Amino acid sequence: MTVTQSAPTGVPAPAAAATATTRKKQHFSPWQEVWRRFRRHRLALASSIVLGLIIVTVVFGPLVWTVPINEIDFAAKLQGPSWAHPLGTDDLGQDVLARMIYGGRISLAVGLAAMVVAIFVGVLVGAIAGMASGKVDAALMWLSDLFLSLPTLPLLLLIIYLFRDSLKAVFGVEGGIFIMIVVVIGGLRWMPAARLVRAQFLSLREKEFVEAARALGASRTRQVVQHILPNALGPVIVAATIDVAAAIIQESTLSFLGLGFPPDIPTWGRLLADAKDYLDIAPHWALASGAAIFLTVLSINFIGDGLRDALDPRRVI
Amino acid sequence: MVETLLEIHGLKTWFKTDDGMVRAVDGVDLRIDHGETLGVVGESGCGKTVTARSVLKLIDMPPGRFEGGRILWRGRDLIPLDDQEMNKIRAREIAIIFQEPMTSLNPVYTVGDQIAEVIALHQKLGRKQAMEGAAEMLRLVNIPNPQHRVHDYPHQFSGGMRQRVMIAMALSCQPKLLIADEPTTALDVTIQAQILELMHEMKDRFGMAIMLITHAMGVVAETCQRVTVMYAGKVVEEAPVGELFGQPRHPYTQGLIRSIPRVDRAAEKKQRLEAISGTVPSLLDPPPGCRFAARCRYASDICVREMPPLKEVAPGHFVRCVL
Repeated sequence: MTVTQSAPTGVPAPAAAATATTRKKQHFSPWQEVWRRFRRHRLALASSIVLGLIIVTVVFGPLVWTVPINEIDFAAKLQGPSWAHPLGTDDLGQDVLARMIYGGRISLAVGLAAMVVAIFVGVLVGAIAGMASGKVDAALMWLSDLFLSLPTLPLLLLIIYLFRDSLKAVFGVEGGIFIMIVVVIGGLRWMPAARLVRAQFLSLREKEFVEAARALGASRTRQVVQHILPNALGPVIVAATIDVAAAIIQESTLSFLGLGFPPDIPTWGRLLADAKDYLDIAPHWALASGAAIFLTVLSINFIGDGLRDALDPRRVI
Repeated sequence: MVETLLEIHGLKTWFKTDDGMVRAVDGVDLRIDHGETLGVVGESGCGKTVTARSVLKLIDMPPGRFEGGRILWRGRDLIPLDDQEMNKIRAREIAIIFQEPMTSLNPVYTVGDQIAEVIALHQKLGRKQAMEGAAEMLRLVNIPNPQHRVHDYPHQFSGGMRQRVMIAMALSCQPKLLIADEPTTALDVTIQAQILELMHEMKDRFGMAIMLITHAMGVVAETCQRVTVMYAGKVVEEAPVGELFGQPRHPYTQGLIRSIPRVDRAAEKKQRLEAISGTVPSLLDPPPGCRFAARCRYASDICVREMPPLKEVAPGHFVRCVL
């Protein structure tokens, strides 16, 4: 009974045992534990700081950098970085920094919201398919195959063409288009998550710990929510980070085709699309928007990596 | 008169497959009294596990199906109960532990959380009290330093320790019956002995009965009061443990006992271990006669033609054989 744990720890036994106990005494909330593990992942931590800075900038930037986003000044068009315009100006002489800050709000919001829609629908469909099996499973997988085989862009165009005006009427120009773009992008990106979750569920639900939970009186909902879902989340988190990136880029495609936000509302994608014609004379313009998208996507991916590792207690960090 | 906890009468659990009905459990009768340890032995695929899971209704339906029989838990038939009603019996009255301690715990929660979940679920306690209960259970199953170990994850425990955790979890609501489905098969011999000892200790402490499913005759001899021998979905012999080992009546039981390795004899005479020749018959549309007839050295015509009934040859000793 009193065989202590310090015995097998090796040479500096008393010290190791002491630190082990003090660390264990500190805290025990699972989220604190996740945070402790997340902090060890250097890249993820740095990425959270970068993403945090980007978010703070786009949220509070307009309060500090009060240059209007649409002040046209042909005298100062396509200028490189200067004190008056830290990121230069575009082909209409508008301040790129102000447009970047404003556009970042939209791009980030679209990316995150579309990811939430895609992951929510995907997890729901995948979980139902994975638990139900049989006909329901077949039907849902058939549905996701159907969605996967749809040509995305023409469908987007069709949906936008059909619903743009009615949504605009209800939620206003920006709100209406925001909702539409999020639903359209998210609604066409849930299939990979659904298949991922279904595959995870199919293998996890046969695991003995699920049966043990069932044998000890856990209801079906509890089995799914408490025991299967948390074990399936690792790949879903990684998929979610990729979805954010893809949504930002897809939004830029739509804006580029003139089907997203109106041309006078800047988004990162739109800025990049506009800048590409002036790559040779004004590279700063494309570089600014490209770097913003790149940094955001990259840091979200690293955060996803770090989260996955931090949430998996088996992984030693 | 001791209270009879569990009585199974003519239980038939069949599985529908593409090739037809597999009669995994085909008319099993057994009984467990308050506070006793019943051993259920038989080789792989004889229906021991399916019987155990049928009791807790853990069989997936479909493909499984109860074709007949009754499972009486303290006089109440469990077969018609739905999942919700079963959940009141699971863990609170009947608990089960499985063979694989390595995979029976959820890897993403601490063991304390998992034990506390069971306690909170059935006893409607708050998280803090449930965690205290979990630590107390870990102490009862002899895990050193339980106050700290509750916060560890399953991968930080060894196989034997995890089986202790499983036992703690299963016993956290003081069930009347613990079904142990080959609890020691995946463990090495010294740990096996410790786990069996622990189960014995817990049995005395909580006054519960144990249904010990195993294929190790040695384990049965050490721990059980009564033994039920199963073969191909049927009970072939049931007897008090001393009588079963002293006077086995069914040729299958005799074969099982002869095939127990004996280190002393093997060393002296360089004897080969005796085995029962042949394999278990297919449970898809089994032949009408005795299921063991094809492997039995005493088989005669009548064995192939009809299934012998289970008859009492001595008080409490039942055999399904014409001999």
